[in-house]
Amino acid sequence: MVPRQALEANLVTAPKVISRTSTSDDLAREYKWGFVTEIESEIIPKGLNEEVVRIISRKKEEPEWLLEWRLKALRHFLSLNYEEPKWAKVSHPPIDFQDIHYYAAPVKQAGPKSLEEVDPQLLETFNKLGIPIQEQKRLAGVTEEGPSKVAVDAVFDSISVATTYQKTLEEKGIIFCSVSEAVKKAPDIVRKYLGSVVPYTDNFYAALNSAVFSDGSFVYIPKGVRCPIELMTYFRINSANTGQFERTLIIADEGAYVSYLEGCTAPIRKTSQLHAAVVELVTLDNAEIKYSTLQNWYPGDKQGNGGVYNFVTKRGKALGKNSKISWTQVETGSAITWKYPSVILQGDNSTGEFYSVALVNNYQQADTGTKMIHIGKNTKSTIVAKGISAGHGQSTYRGQVQIMPTADNATNFTQCDSLLIGDKCGAHTVPYIEVRNPTARMEHEASTSKVSDDQLFYCLQRGLDPEEAHYVIINGFCRGIFKELPFEFAMEASQLLRVSLEGTVG
Amino acid sequence: MASTNGTKQPLLEVRGLRAAVTATGQEILKGVDLTVNVGEVHAVMGPNGSGKSTLVNVIAGRPDFAVTAGQVHYAGQDLLAMLPDRRAREGVFLAFQYPVELPGVRPWQFMKASVDALRKHRGLPEIGAREFDAMFKAAVKEMEMDADLMKRSVNEGFSGGEKKRNEMIQLALMEPRLALLDETDSGLDIDALKTVAAGVNKRRGPERSVLLVTHYQRLLGYITPDFVHVLVDGRIALSGGPELAHELEAKGYDWLKESAGTAR
Repeated sequence: MVPRQALEANLVTAPKVISRTSTSDDLAREYKWGFVTEIESEIIPKGLNEEVVRIISRKKEEPEWLLEWRLKALRHFLSLNYEEPKWAKVSHPPIDFQDIHYYAAPVKQAGPKSLEEVDPQLLETFNKLGIPIQEQKRLAGVTEEGPSKVAVDAVFDSISVATTYQKTLEEKGIIFCSVSEAVKKAPDIVRKYLGSVVPYTDNFYAALNSAVFSDGSFVYIPKGVRCPIELMTYFRINSANTGQFERTLIIADEGAYVSYLEGCTAPIRKTSQLHAAVVELVTLDNAEIKYSTLQNWYPGDKQGNGGVYNFVTKRGKALGKNSKISWTQVETGSAITWKYPSVILQGDNSTGEFYSVALVNNYQQADTGTKMIHIGKNTKSTIVAKGISAGHGQSTYRGQVQIMPTADNATNFTQCDSLLIGDKCGAHTVPYIEVRNPTARMEHEASTSKVSDDQLFYCLQRGLDPEEAHYVIINGFCRGIFKELPFEFAMEASQLLRVSLEGTVG
Repeated sequence: MASTNGTKQPLLEVRGLRAAVTATGQEILKGVDLTVNVGEVHAVMGPNGSGKSTLVNVIAGRPDFAVTAGQVHYAGQDLLAMLPDRRAREGVFLAFQYPVELPGVRPWQFMKASVDALRKHRGLPEIGAREFDAMFKAAVKEMEMDADLMKRSVNEGFSGGEKKRNEMIQLALMEPRLALLDETDSGLDIDALKTVAAGVNKRRGPERSVLLVTHYQRLLGYITPDFVHVLVDGRIALSGGPELAHELEAKGYDWLKESAGTAR
């Protein structure tokens, strides 16, 4: 075990974070999630090779098949000669994949019985993340049940710290735990579905993730069960020079329903950090998964230094008939976002949805969108993407709608709207449409607009100050997306927008 | 000036006001003098391009125009030193000639935010949702606005007349001390015109002054102003009582243009 490395002296520590109960004073600051937690953690040396993959697998006490799968992924990744995909409209200096720690984990505590026994630094982090005290207790393994309606899993650097609400969920046969745990608890399900939606050969970052993924969340909802609470995961990068490669797998069995939400934050660091996650969703007959993301990784400073490179592969397979997968994302963080939550509409009558707000400010870049692959008959997809560009930000919507020959009577509706604030930013739309069945019905709408001086003056004339005026206009622009989020998170998303836009006005 | 009466309290005093289009530098207002006392209704008339709309927009602080000379005092304060949102919070309300659409912004939320901004400025807490809702519904009803329209976005898909009614709803909710009406009568059918006029008349009183801009005498058949001013080529060429509006209706503006030209 290598001790946790000394923390950089120049880190900014924010005293409070946004949460569902935070006041507007909290929001009047810049990036509030930039704290670092000094907890003892176990970190393996930098570098990427078979030995590193074996160490990770051994630490997770993984079965042989999984190690083999990781190694195949690593060999595939290395065969790509570190050539990152170039087609996205983003630019960054080359990443040295040998200069990253591929595993860092808080040192395990043996079964704390009360909050007092839990590492206070870890609790402080939960406080900063705005996790309610009852949920903190659960995260720390305290077993009593409380009134909260959200089950939380927190992924700290690489490993899942704890999963709350086990008991409530277990009674319904729901499995909500870390992927590492799932490998032990439900090996057949993991083996059957891991890589079934995003194979390791899918793309550069998916290959990397498959080789070195350290943890993530796993959800299984059994037949006919409607998950009674929102399931939530907090992802947080803490250690310096650590890549975060979480892997999330969610299976909704026949007739099941689950709403899952993830939130992401990271400390302020001068150098960029790599985050390359893979999320796979599978719905069987008549099942539904609603997946919501509030992505607020550190976006870098005003000059564009530092920030998280968020290179994520998210895909759902609507395998069963009448099943539905819905992605809703509010992307305000990260220096670079490269992310296309997609749906493969394989089952007849299945539905795919993608609702997105992507905001870039300062020097942030976002290339995001979706793919809807229609295979089954009567499949239906809806895409509503809203891009907001401010400062020197560059935002690209990239979407692909593919109607395969088997997909009789498929329908797609796509709407992409871009809003520009100021005259240094950019918005780009790149839609790919491929129709190979004449019965398909496609609709595409796109618009680009500016927050006009007339709109601003109208709001000012009604007594709103300039910041409030921008906020009102932008919030209106995003309304169609926010209504897709669970209520509290819609509020939080709206607050996040406000914070992210700070400094844009005036 | 017609309205300088020693016993009256001035609310708005415009002195030698000159203003130009910010983008081009073209001068529109070329020295306007005007005093509006507390409780008075003034109508500014004049031919197209005379600067009527510019005058009320400059008073509201629209950035499209730059003040190049002169002063404007409002309730004894230097109005030109205030930013537009501050002017609004101090009680200056502009009913726009062409209200803009705010996609996705719901009228109810928008107007509550306005009312709360004004209340905050006066040190009052936010208005309760229930109390505001009652005010909102009453105003919508008074202005004979389709309540379903008000569940959409601000001004989005509204007809010209509906936009003007929506401006009047906001006037009713914000209860300004100085209401500036920019061609509120244009594009209104006779029923809408009566509703808008009734709305203004109902709010006449010692706590409110009105400065309304209109091209036609039509509106003045329903709102009888205390004073009428004729703006020609950026200056007030003539001021008088309500009878002046009738004279203008009969004679047109051309005779004033000539005299304004020679007066230079």
